[in-house]
Amino acid sequence: MDKHVFRPSLPPPALEVGVLGWLRGNLFSSVGNTLLTLLAGYLLWLIVPPLLDWTLLQADFSGSQRSDCSGEGACWVFVRERFTQFMYGFYPAELRWRVNLTVWLAVIGAAPLFMPLMPRKPIYGLGFLLAYPLLAFWLLHGGFFSLVTVETSQWGGLMLTVVIAAVGIAGALPLGILLALGRRSDLPAIRVLCVTFIEFWRGVPLITVLFMSSVMLPLFLPEGMNLDKLLRALVMVIFFEAAYVAEVVRGGLQAIPKGQYEAAAAMGLGYWRSMGLVILPQALKLVIPGIVNTFIALFKDTSLVIIIGLFDFLNSIKRATNDPAWLGMSTEGYVFAALVYWLFCFAMSRYSLRLERQLDTGHKH
Amino acid sequence: MKQVKFPLALLAATLTLGSVTQVQAGATLDAVKKKGFVQCGISDGLPGFSYADAKGKYVGLDVDVCRAVAAAVFGDAEKVKYSPLTAKERFTALQSGEVDILSRNTTWTSSRDAAMGLNFTGVTYYDGQGFLVNKKLGVASARELDGATVCIQAGTTTELNLADYFRAHNLKFTPITYDTSDESAKSLESGRCDVLTSDQSQLYAQRIKLAAPDDYVVLPEVISKEPLGPAVRQGDEEWFDVVRWTLYAQLNAEELGVSSANVEELAKSTKNPDIARLLGAEGEYGKDLKLSKDWAVQIVKQVGNYGEIFERNVGAGSQLKIERGLNALWNKGGLQYAPPVR
Amino acid sequence: MRSSVPEPQPKPSWLTDPQVRAWLFQVLAVIFVVACGWFLFHNTQTNLAHRGILSGFGFLDNSAGFGISQHLIDYRESDSYARVFVIGVLNTLLVSLIGIALATVLGFVVGMARLSPNWLLRQIATVYIEVFRNIPPLLQIFFWYFAILQPLPGPKQSLALGELFFVNNRGLYMPAPSLSEGFMPVLVAFLLALVACIVCWRRASVQQELSGDSGWWRPLGVGLLLAVPLLTAWALGSPFTWSVPTLSGFNFRGGWVVIPELVALTLALTIYTAAFIAETVRSGIQSVSHGQTEAARSLGLRPQQTLRLVIIPQALRVIIPPLTSQYLNLTKNSSLAAGIGYPDMVSLFAGTVLNQTGQAIETMAITMSVYLAISISISLLMNLYNKRIALVER
Repeated sequence: MDKHVFRPSLPPPALEVGVLGWLRGNLFSSVGNTLLTLLAGYLLWLIVPPLLDWTLLQADFSGSQRSDCSGEGACWVFVRERFTQFMYGFYPAELRWRVNLTVWLAVIGAAPLFMPLMPRKPIYGLGFLLAYPLLAFWLLHGGFFSLVTVETSQWGGLMLTVVIAAVGIAGALPLGILLALGRRSDLPAIRVLCVTFIEFWRGVPLITVLFMSSVMLPLFLPEGMNLDKLLRALVMVIFFEAAYVAEVVRGGLQAIPKGQYEAAAAMGLGYWRSMGLVILPQALKLVIPGIVNTFIALFKDTSLVIIIGLFDFLNSIKRATNDPAWLGMSTEGYVFAALVYWLFCFAMSRYSLRLERQLDTGHKH
Repeated sequence: MKQVKFPLALLAATLTLGSVTQVQAGATLDAVKKKGFVQCGISDGLPGFSYADAKGKYVGLDVDVCRAVAAAVFGDAEKVKYSPLTAKERFTALQSGEVDILSRNTTWTSSRDAAMGLNFTGVTYYDGQGFLVNKKLGVASARELDGATVCIQAGTTTELNLADYFRAHNLKFTPITYDTSDESAKSLESGRCDVLTSDQSQLYAQRIKLAAPDDYVVLPEVISKEPLGPAVRQGDEEWFDVVRWTLYAQLNAEELGVSSANVEELAKSTKNPDIARLLGAEGEYGKDLKLSKDWAVQIVKQVGNYGEIFERNVGAGSQLKIERGLNALWNKGGLQYAPPVR
Repeated sequence: MRSSVPEPQPKPSWLTDPQVRAWLFQVLAVIFVVACGWFLFHNTQTNLAHRGILSGFGFLDNSAGFGISQHLIDYRESDSYARVFVIGVLNTLLVSLIGIALATVLGFVVGMARLSPNWLLRQIATVYIEVFRNIPPLLQIFFWYFAILQPLPGPKQSLALGELFFVNNRGLYMPAPSLSEGFMPVLVAFLLALVACIVCWRRASVQQELSGDSGWWRPLGVGLLLAVPLLTAWALGSPFTWSVPTLSGFNFRGGWVVIPELVALTLALTIYTAAFIAETVRSGIQSVSHGQTEAARSLGLRPQQTLRLVIIPQALRVIIPPLTSQYLNLTKNSSLAAGIGYPDMVSLFAGTVLNQTGQAIETMAITMSVYLAISISISLLMNLYNKRIALVER
């Protein structure tokens, strides 16, 4: 009796697998889709080659003055020549090591926080958060312990941008959490005050508030009392972002089931302890992506201090493009600025995505 | 919670102790002496008047006004701290005590003197509003500017003068108003506007910021009076006098032929009673102002007489090359006239 | 557990009574805030008096005396500051409304593209979103204004489109209609045709319910709407006369002009906000469960219909709240106009007027209350809409 022999199975149709299959599935699955692909391809063809040409292929990288640029592509010589000014503003050249040191200290100090196996992370983190700002202020501003004072009016460039963003974040987070708690409070007076505060700051544009800090605040203060221009701007940035943080945190507080509040109360915890030990740790974990988004917005908002004449990163680039020796370099300057802002914001948003995945312990309701 | 907001601000303020300064109204001079420097409000980038050079050091006519005051008060012209101010901020900054002197090519007008709580101490530069155009337009007079697009800086007297002038001569115009002079210059360069209008001195300053300054001309018309000078807070006569007489000392020095080169020599050996009084060899005129005896010597030695600072910053010795014109001394056909030291 | 019998407790002090403490807290908070407010108010009063600064709103009636580059209502230099204020508000509203409309369209298109089955399109949309939402809007405004629009040729070398449209660094010039004699009859004809058209569409719906086919009612309605006004215009003369921009002297005269400041601001705000709207739209659509699509397909709806009739109506409920806050953000971001000299409320009123009058407190207070009013009214409107949509849910 003949044994039935199976024929070897046929390979899958060539059009369904491999490169061809992928192409067919993703780009040419139907007439409409094919048209779209062609259209998108044409769009890319219009944009990408000239862009590459301008930024890299035809661009000038070496030289030290305007005449070294051929004019056919971007003139990155401009950015290179002015690079230190973009980074430090008018911070005295011989003291710039202080800025560098501050940055390195931040990197080295914060590194253990990102190591998964680091013991006693919270205590270290808290200590770092308390000690570092003082150290950074001492290094950047000086004026005591044998460091020469560098007035805030000399701060500038990317360094000033980062200072505003960092101080803004450090100030806005605690204030925002308190505001959110206040908004959810059972005490009507506190609630009304917090709601008014939050809604006011969310309703007005940051730039009017900055104007206010630069032209009006001195009128509100006692005669002769004078706050530094940067400090005034910082206070405004903190209030403004705190209102946004408050709304994000409120979302987290609302997502915590009522049972948690009741359980905390049943354990005999008072308001602050039940919030600090039970509610906030859960709520904050939920809203970390939202908070990081607020910080990204804050980082972008720092560029508005240009309106009140502070020399942040964007302003130092804008000033440089007005230099008679380098007229016509606006595009290069702004593209470089865009790249730097983009790097910071994109990195933060990626980090928030990673954090979201890491913290996702699966307790979805 | 709401109540956190204020303590936080105060905490932040105390952390930055260095930036909190107490200034008593009516005692600016004492306060300045105590803190050891003059806080000077200047503009944020105008060649010839106040301009940060590549190293971030400020130079210019307006800057020298403050340096002269510092020389008079401390005998050291470098004891000045500068606050670059936008046009919008300048008056509040002075009113609130953020700066001790506002030396930011500010036009002296009645409303600023009376309604804004300022006192102008004198005129460091007699100016008038003019127009800067590209030669290519072929315009020879402001009367030919009908229908032009004009760039101006927001919140200045020039904004008002411009409208008045065009209305009076029945001409039409489109204003483009920018916050800073840099933006207006850039717009003139790109052709966004046909004309840039501002005080004439500023036009010369703006012109050297353009890529090809020689392509642009300043039209002959001067459409307004713009006496520019430093201002101080109202109600502090002592400080007002110091700032006012600093300028007068520089004018008198020029009139008497005292310059930074010969001032020390003259202070010791002069026979001229006018010079002797000015330089403190005779009388106690410095003491009247609560200053040292050699206050004028220090001003002239470290900063120069009026003629010197003019030439150095805006005149023949500078890129601007502005003629003395109205700013020549009274006995040389100009308007600069100082009361005598006596 | 030392003992099961409760020991006699001492009477708790009134300080630990939660209710008393609640009251105490609130009273303290209110006192604190009032004290702060009074402190600031008092300082301001003394400062203004000491420094001889005028206060009050009387300045609004004074003549402004400066020119404005773009005004939607008539304006002369002799007009009052109050009118300048109105012009500023209108300019802010103009740029916000155009920006909102364009950003919504672009945002929806990009959001859909993010979910397209087409790989290339999806990647382009992703890159667009990631690039533009991570660059500060002010920088984008500067870029469009200083790097793209200002280097355009001057009026004499304008790029022309058929002698009617001109683009140069002074703006986009186009023919402007002005009403002529034929306008009234054409308007009346148009209104009548509109009524007729609506009647036709109603009929069409009724007939579709009855027979499953709407017949020729719909085409008829559209035809009427187009034909009647056109015929009237042909018979009685054009409703508009067109004023065409022509180069005379320094600038083009006649016609409408869109100034480059407005173009730069609108472009930047649209592109920036659209990136956020696109993400909102994507997550909204993804929030509709896949079963809905499958159910719709099994009912025989085509993909287009599925999207239009099933997915989007449900997604909108998720999309609307974040969309509202994007609209608010766009409106607030329009205040960045101050950076490039577009005469919006902040640069015109809180800038020029503040400086000419020196009355910082009054002008800033007015400006901020306008923004507060705008933001409160947009959120009220959106809340109403939200409620209406929510009612559909069972």
